[in-house]
Amino acid sequence: MTSPLGKDLIGLESLTPEQIQLMLDTAEPFKEVSERSIKKVPALRGKTIVNLFFEPSTRTRISFEFAEKRLSADTVNVASTGSSVSKGETLVDTARNLEAMRIDMVVVRHSMSGAAQFLAERIRSNVVNAGDGKHEHPTQALLDLLTLRDRFGRLEGLKVAICGDVLHSRVARSNIWGLLKLGAQVGVCGPPTLLPRGIEALGVTVLPRIEDAIEWADALNILRLQLERMQGGFVPSLREYNRVFGVTSERLDRAPRDLVILHPGPMNRGVEIDSDVADGPHSVILPQVTNGVAVRMAVLYLLAGGSPDWAAPPAGEETR
Amino acid sequence: MPPRTLILDADAIANTLAEMADRIVEAAGRESDLLVVGIQRRGVELAHRLATLVEERTSQAVGRGKLDITLYRDDLQTIGPRPIVGETVLPPTLDGRTVVIVDDVLYTGRTIRAALDEFADFGRPRRVLLAVLVDRGGRELPIQPDIVGCHATATPDDLVNVLVTELDGVDSVELVARATS
Repeated sequence: MTSPLGKDLIGLESLTPEQIQLMLDTAEPFKEVSERSIKKVPALRGKTIVNLFFEPSTRTRISFEFAEKRLSADTVNVASTGSSVSKGETLVDTARNLEAMRIDMVVVRHSMSGAAQFLAERIRSNVVNAGDGKHEHPTQALLDLLTLRDRFGRLEGLKVAICGDVLHSRVARSNIWGLLKLGAQVGVCGPPTLLPRGIEALGVTVLPRIEDAIEWADALNILRLQLERMQGGFVPSLREYNRVFGVTSERLDRAPRDLVILHPGPMNRGVEIDSDVADGPHSVILPQVTNGVAVRMAVLYLLAGGSPDWAAPPAGEETR
Repeated sequence: MPPRTLILDADAIANTLAEMADRIVEAAGRESDLLVVGIQRRGVELAHRLATLVEERTSQAVGRGKLDITLYRDDLQTIGPRPIVGETVLPPTLDGRTVVIVDDVLYTGRTIRAALDEFADFGRPRRVLLAVLVDRGGRELPIQPDIVGCHATATPDDLVNVLVTELDGVDSVELVARATS
């Protein structure tokens, strides 16, 4: 038995538009679950999910954990510090040991591109990629797509500019795949040092200046300047970056239309985005966070459609 | 084509729903806070029509709700590809209210079991009644309807199809005999 998504969710690159659409559509009813006074449904009761985070994360880990708990799954969090990972155990050994305790799903965050795929090929549990290196962060892109669809009522034909550190960004990559597959137009904007060479080949428009992006786009997805990855002299200084590429209200005032502002967080206020933009009327940064829980519930619910083969009971009949 | 037998046509459905509305009025017509909740999907349309019929009879407003029980099914682990989850719309609390659950077909009773579980997460109704358009027998749980539109004799291989104008363009109830394999 496999789910409509297959065994794992590694990235959006390998999915069909229909599969992406299914995840977004499935997220809709889950939004309502989080508005109930008892925010819990029994859909994943008895399932065990391990959140395996080899990189620090607050928002994504908590969002996954809420999603799991609201589906009634049992959850365990493993962080790289304070576990055998800090004693040098490999990724696959950690996962196999967890699997020996009969878990059903692993949500993994790792600094190496390809880590989620590597794990998925070696264990029978469902694997959900919560961000692997510079590769993909599919659930972040899905929540961005859902938030855009909420705002505009459609994704087809929408112009979305992804601004900032595209080079180091798995969020950018997942967004590019998802948006293009669902018929949106994608622009990328940032200093040439932070744009991957040859990115036009993916079918995106390169917008050299932030003013170009503001003039072109319906929505800006402003990426975090990844300060921890800035040892290589990609930008002269943060002040300089803000002066040239910062999204400020003065710049937005000159836009031909009201732009919807997204940011995956955590924000560097005063660097890639100014506070009055982040907190302004066109910011959907907090709705993004709300949608994150719904999207992750949808992904977990859909993946749970297939069971690991040792647990597969005979297929039941549809009953009413 | 598998053989199809018409159980109710559009006129018969209209008459049946009118009779069911009379029965709801008899059973709970004096309740000032009556809530009629349809189970996704065809139950929602039937509930809406019943609520309107009850309002015509009592001249009192009747609350409407819809319920998707997919996430409360007891067979989610075994059915393979996930069913599409529909919308659930209920008032913030059910405490103290009289609720009529409306579904198109009553069969094993598992859907109603799930609906009762889901209600428990929204509050504590004072009383819950069950109204179904077709009771086809074959219960697997001790659940019985309070108000039945009609009974159908169907074997486990048969399918009882309820079609409603809002979704299917036509009102009809038919029995489809599936080929036994």
